[in-house]
Amino acid sequence: MNVTEMHVNEMNVTRRTLLSAGAAIGTLLVIRPALAEDVDLPSAIKAFTNGAPVQRGRVKLDIAPLVENGNTVPITVHVTSPMSAADHVLAITVLNEKNPQRDVITCHLGPRAGRADISARIRLATSQKLVAIAQMSDGSFWSDSADVIVTLAACIETP
Amino acid sequence: MARALITMPKTAKRGEIVEIRTLIAHPMETGYRAGDDGQIVPRNLIRRFSCRYEGELVFSADLFPAVAANPYLTFCTLATTSGTLQFTWDGDCGFSQTENVVLTVT
Repeated sequence: MNVTEMHVNEMNVTRRTLLSAGAAIGTLLVIRPALAEDVDLPSAIKAFTNGAPVQRGRVKLDIAPLVENGNTVPITVHVTSPMSAADHVLAITVLNEKNPQRDVITCHLGPRAGRADISARIRLATSQKLVAIAQMSDGSFWSDSADVIVTLAACIETP
Repeated sequence: MARALITMPKTAKRGEIVEIRTLIAHPMETGYRAGDDGQIVPRNLIRRFSCRYEGELVFSADLFPAVAANPYLTFCTLATTSGTLQFTWDGDCGFSQTENVVLTVT
């Protein structure tokens, strides 16, 4: 009798331990994607263009092909456009492939810009592809991409 | 007040394209990085930058964690009239800073 009771107790403890362990693993699985994973690059492009087709050309994304320090990477985006009231660049966005988040920077311009030329310094978590997309006033989208090799990564180093 | 640097010509001819370079001291903490104690350092970003030329918005940018610390940004604007260019950075933890630069157009 006693032996059976003890056995049952032991069983219960084991089950409880197992269940709580399972719950802990479950929580980890839920938290991790929320922390580290965003949408993939094609979805991010689609989100920016609202599903409109993207043509190659007119945009020039300038970035060093080999980057030593991913913490500050200079980039320049130039878009060929007359920048007149009738034909100008509305927005320029830069997206990445493998950082924790796809968006890098989105600039809003207009005919008052004179020239669609922007530069910034960004972070790159690892070697990856970068895409620059320009939205024109006529509703068309143009893009350029660049592959970058990064030797020292930024932003996701774990302790 | 964070230290901000704005480099642009003081004078320009009407219709000339003026290049503006801006730099502001800010950690741009991503919220993905662990500190020395192993805890995630809370996100602290500049989210938005804007440039107004005599009150009219001529350029703005949305900044994400992938923008490097001490955000550096260059862009161009068309010199139309003499006036003030107002640069504003807005971000997390109530961060907001405004700088004014006068441009004389001849």
